[in-house]
Amino acid sequence: MRVAAGYPGTPSTEVLETLASMDGVYTEWSPNEKVALDVAIGAAYAGRRSLAVMKHVGLNVAADSLFYVCMTGMQAGLVIIVADDPGLHSSQGEQDSRRYCKFARLPCLEPSDSQEAKSMVGLAFDLSERFDTPVMVRSGTRISHSFGLVEMGARVCCEDDDDADPFVRNPQKYVMVPGVARRRHPIMEERMEAITAFADALGVNRIERRSSALGVVTHGIAYQYVREVLPEASILRLGMSYPVAAERVRSLAADVDRLLVVEELDPVIEEEIRLLGVACEGKSLFPISGELSPQSVREGCVKAGLVPAQADGMVAEAAASAALPMRPPALCPGCPHRGVYYAIHQLDLAVNGDSGCYALGFMPPLSAVHSIGCMGAGVGQAHGVAAAAIGERSVAVIGDSTFFHSGMPALLNAVYNRQAVTVVVLDNRTTAMTGHQENPGSGSTLMGETTVEADIGDIARALGVRHVETVDPYDLRVVESALRDAVGRDEASVVVARRACALSPEARASRLPLAVDAGMCVACGQCLQLGCPALCSNASVLASNGRETTRIDALLCSGCGMCAQVCPVDAIRPGGEDSQ
Amino acid sequence: MSYLEACTGSAKAQVDVRFCLVGVGGQGVLLAADIVAHVGVALGLDVKKAEVHGMSQRGGSVVSHVRWGTRVYSPLIEKGTASYLVGFERLEGLRHLAMLAEDGRLIMSNHRIVPVTVTCGGGAYPGEEIERRLFRAAGAEPLWVPSVSTARALGMARAHNMVLLGALAACAGGVEAPWEAEIAQPVPIGSLEHNLAAFRAGWAHLSGRGEGAE
Repeated sequence: MRVAAGYPGTPSTEVLETLASMDGVYTEWSPNEKVALDVAIGAAYAGRRSLAVMKHVGLNVAADSLFYVCMTGMQAGLVIIVADDPGLHSSQGEQDSRRYCKFARLPCLEPSDSQEAKSMVGLAFDLSERFDTPVMVRSGTRISHSFGLVEMGARVCCEDDDDADPFVRNPQKYVMVPGVARRRHPIMEERMEAITAFADALGVNRIERRSSALGVVTHGIAYQYVREVLPEASILRLGMSYPVAAERVRSLAADVDRLLVVEELDPVIEEEIRLLGVACEGKSLFPISGELSPQSVREGCVKAGLVPAQADGMVAEAAASAALPMRPPALCPGCPHRGVYYAIHQLDLAVNGDSGCYALGFMPPLSAVHSIGCMGAGVGQAHGVAAAAIGERSVAVIGDSTFFHSGMPALLNAVYNRQAVTVVVLDNRTTAMTGHQENPGSGSTLMGETTVEADIGDIARALGVRHVETVDPYDLRVVESALRDAVGRDEASVVVARRACALSPEARASRLPLAVDAGMCVACGQCLQLGCPALCSNASVLASNGRETTRIDALLCSGCGMCAQVCPVDAIRPGGEDSQ
Repeated sequence: MSYLEACTGSAKAQVDVRFCLVGVGGQGVLLAADIVAHVGVALGLDVKKAEVHGMSQRGGSVVSHVRWGTRVYSPLIEKGTASYLVGFERLEGLRHLAMLAEDGRLIMSNHRIVPVTVTCGGGAYPGEEIERRLFRAAGAEPLWVPSVSTARALGMARAHNMVLLGALAACAGGVEAPWEAEIAQPVPIGSLEHNLAAFRAGWAHLSGRGEGAE
């Protein structure tokens, strides 16, 4: 494999990070998933095996490209690794990427463990070249973010550049104008029929014969849960979950008294089995939403009368009665976004937000984000709010990586169509949410090369924005006055709040925790309005007004000083206990 | 089953040790879980680990499952089956008590991190009476570990995760060697001594409390 491109997104990010450490593979972070897939497609057109990597919602962004490459095929293998997020650990929705396979016409492989996550990529390239089709390898949180033993094979490197063929000029295959595309469509349908027939010969579609009373068709990580909960069941593990191996399904169904389908998210396999005229039970027993787990598979099996019901322990009951407070994720101590959200909160602005850590600004006490849809949506939404002319100024808040991903066209649109939109770019110079991946503003590439550092202010000016101001989000007064100025204008404006992520190595190196002088603290609660996890009221110290005073957890405090700026009595000073 | 038994050929057929490590994003729970997983590999066992990355790591509740076994299928463990539940933070330990098996061991840090929800008036941080009630319901007797103060006394409060790892290792039984070797892998050389000292302090704190200890 020669070229791999993607955009970071949980739980897909580590694929490219791992590949980047290997010689002989070109890897890149593209600004968005569509560009990444086009890059991979171009390399495959050029005769090199290539890979595109993204999360499920990233595939929505890349969908247009997915559909044309299913029509054209390639000159060399093309594999698309898509990592779904059932249970929404870090996404705006839990969609089942297998649906795209039927829609766009491509096969889907699904590993059940770490070993297969490796070996199935090889199989995917073989299938891709055998049938001239892109192949999806679908992962999910419990495949991507699990750890297991993997046996490595010998590495096969790409052939030398000298042997490369020139770019193939074949407009009847690669130029998707109506006349050509019309002829490609039946070719694509025939290809899917051939792959469907081949599915019955594919070793990864494995039948494990055990009990004749019960058969289970399953896939991916769900296979492991089934093995755990129903150790005696016969199993058809579909390593290729689309198209479904029809004869293997019929063969298992004929051998067992009862057939279950255990699959995560949508009833994709179940629907295909029903289309074959084979009776089965699936989503009537197992949940369609949320992540599967050994627990939920067991509960489905209890419903099916296959395993005994578990007595719900006293713990669950006791825990429910104790009403333990929730601990949702929060903006980190020292997060530069906090300064912007605090100012927004003070000014009571309506805000269309976007995807990233900064989505957490919607939570109390900041409550400073009022809509979040998907990557890049906020700027367009704010534009629409302006066009709706309801008399309230809307502000879009977007991160630097999201701005490069899909915020730029929306900002250009606002300028072009003369809407007075204020866009605040939270520029922390990295893709923070997914663990600090490089982006066009970082000045370096995934492969560690120094490159052009895109300046967001310059880009905004080039798009036609006349009022651009860059501020340090740690300076609360400056942020507030910049915002007040920007929203007061009758044209598009941009405020770039620029400071490195609090988790970046340079920010962590200069950590000097603060402390509250309990004698001075008047317990007014001002600092708590910042929603910083390092700040909490201290029940053991009561101030003169009878309220609790505030304490700073020195282990969490980054020393950003925002709380010291809002403290009316200057009770917050350097000198926290842990400077390590 | 202690890992010493796990390593002897005769007992290997029945090895099934399930760890559940819980805490707050940023506490080093995932690093500790990583080390537990690698120790299992070093012992020649089948190992699987499950965790989540991304948004949930930003100061939220973090859970990591590690399994050692002869043959491990699911990386996720079911509630009521954890051989060891380690709470890196009190409230998080309580939240996940249902994971603990009837004969499981509960290792609890006495450290509290008040969630922002409580600071904003959304409920109260549970007091010791609620804790006792929950422990009773779970039939669990917590082995308390002063993880943060121990690590702080050693000069690196942030290494409190290693104190808990040491406590866990002492309970799981056996010797320090494979653990220390696996700690040395991911931990930067500059802070390795602090981390090892923290690990040993945690070990000493619970030494003799585990099934496999002499």
